[in-house]
Amino acid sequence: MARHAKPRLAVWKFSSCDGCQLSLLDCEDELLAVAGAVEIANFPEASRAIGKGPYDLSLVEGSITTPHDAERIHRVRRLSKFLITIGACATAGGIQALRNFHDVRSYISAVYPSPEFIETLSKSTPISDHVKVDMELRGCPINKYQLVEILSAILNKRKPGISSHSVCIECKRRGTVCLMVAQGIPCLGPVTHAGCGAICPSYNRGCYGCFGPKETPNTESLAAQLTVLGVSDPDIVRARGRAPHPDQGA
Amino acid sequence: MSSVHAMENALGITVDGPLRALRRLLYCGEWIESHALHVYLLHAPDFLGYEDAIQIARDHPAVVQRALQLKKIGNEIVATLGGREIHPINVRVGGFYRVPAKSELTPLLDRLQWARDASVETVRWAATLPFPEFEPDYEFVALRHPDEYPINEGRVVSSTGLDIAVHEYEEHFFEEHAKHSNALRSVHKNHGAYHVGPLARYNLNFDRLSPVAQSAARDAGLTNVCRNPFKSIIVRGVELVQACDEAVRLIQEYTMPGQAAVPVVPHAGTGYGCTEAPRGILYHRYRLDEQGIITEAKIVPPTSQNQKQIESDLRQFVASHIDLPDEKLTWQCEQVVRNYDPCISCATHFLKLHIERE
Repeated sequence: MARHAKPRLAVWKFSSCDGCQLSLLDCEDELLAVAGAVEIANFPEASRAIGKGPYDLSLVEGSITTPHDAERIHRVRRLSKFLITIGACATAGGIQALRNFHDVRSYISAVYPSPEFIETLSKSTPISDHVKVDMELRGCPINKYQLVEILSAILNKRKPGISSHSVCIECKRRGTVCLMVAQGIPCLGPVTHAGCGAICPSYNRGCYGCFGPKETPNTESLAAQLTVLGVSDPDIVRARGRAPHPDQGA
Repeated sequence: MSSVHAMENALGITVDGPLRALRRLLYCGEWIESHALHVYLLHAPDFLGYEDAIQIARDHPAVVQRALQLKKIGNEIVATLGGREIHPINVRVGGFYRVPAKSELTPLLDRLQWARDASVETVRWAATLPFPEFEPDYEFVALRHPDEYPINEGRVVSSTGLDIAVHEYEEHFFEEHAKHSNALRSVHKNHGAYHVGPLARYNLNFDRLSPVAQSAARDAGLTNVCRNPFKSIIVRGVELVQACDEAVRLIQEYTMPGQAAVPVVPHAGTGYGCTEAPRGILYHRYRLDEQGIITEAKIVPPTSQNQKQIESDLRQFVASHIDLPDEKLTWQCEQVVRNYDPCISCATHFLKLHIERE
């Protein structure tokens, strides 16, 4: 019994680059503490040891892009008491959701010498289109400190401190002078979900929206301001499409 | 990094001086982070008979702590120059969005000097691991630069005498598609499979390693030729020494440039870029229209270049080790794959081996 007293953690991968689960291994100062607080029962990126389910907590990375994955995610859900999606792919479909706006067959024949070998779905969809998701972490990649925060919150049965406001608030907190106001640099910060800590503006680069849209983003107002700054219409359309909203093209 | 090099190539831009040095420093950070992760957390457990590094930490906490501190200093370089460890945001066509003051980099020096010593210790430790007998007759392919151990640029050379400019890459290499896999596999025309990564760089560029890296290799019993892929763990250690040593030198010699990027005017063109990612050469080609919009792109990552070689290694290894018990053979076959530090999504610890002995 004692061996199973610790909560059992599983990490799952669907269509993704692995950057988000790598964030767990990038917690150099916290990794051993995390490994002490939970039993890492299934984390094939890091371990040969695969423990059977059920699992208390599953971290799911990646989007659903193949018929096989569309089935597999239901098995993962059945095995998991609590399921958190991590990163832009799992929460919004990711960069591979570019296909959602085009005919996927034209992409396959552009990429693969033998398109007939490829079995894929016409759209890349977030995990929440397929199963119930208990919590999600945004970002491409996720912020590793948010990952540690969410693990700590669940272990201690408290609400995680994950804010849902825009990147603008994070610039103010950090003391970064607004790039759009002071330098006229186009920035997606006003409509983008917080969580990164406003990295790009602190490096003199406008936010490009890798945490996806915040709740109720005022994109019309931002588009008008970008036009004032001299951004062309095609560029504005591209900026809006960069972090595809789950509702778009569904 | 390959992508901005390719764009700059298309636009006729040269990035040199401190901006070039900063890019090399960023890549050193990436090598340190990636090699420390692979050597200690992904590859070492196989040699020591543990299922993962967490298990090692129970018996040898000092070794895992050394690994994590090494990895952390690599990540700190990437985060300082790039903004964050994964998908850094600060590199742009022409240079960077923002360059650091020297005072932002010098605090890293003390720990980088520690990291260089820890890397020398890593080489010494890795050389004591048990290595299966296995020396396939590889064709190694890597970059080669007139003065430097190759990271950001160079000609594409091979152990069979290939010596070409980056823009000639596609005349010599193509990707094939096998029915059993989504992954494309690179082939050297008229040669077949080839091997990229630390072992290839080491065999083709031993003379370009810094003195401290060369002597670490010699002290570990390596010569300038190493064909056993299991010993790539020692060679990664040697490259850790190299990357830490270079990072120290680059920071010491750094002076902050007056501008963060050279001016860029988009126009039509085709550009080629090839850099040495931790796991081998990474090739990019782009075609841009007159506004600088990408109309065509080709990316050949190192793992796709090693894919055919990995499968060939597996066939050879199984044939010569078929007398091992199934469980041991499965584990060693996983290790054959991990020798290549395949792109992390392919590095997962999972192999189904169906053995039919006659």
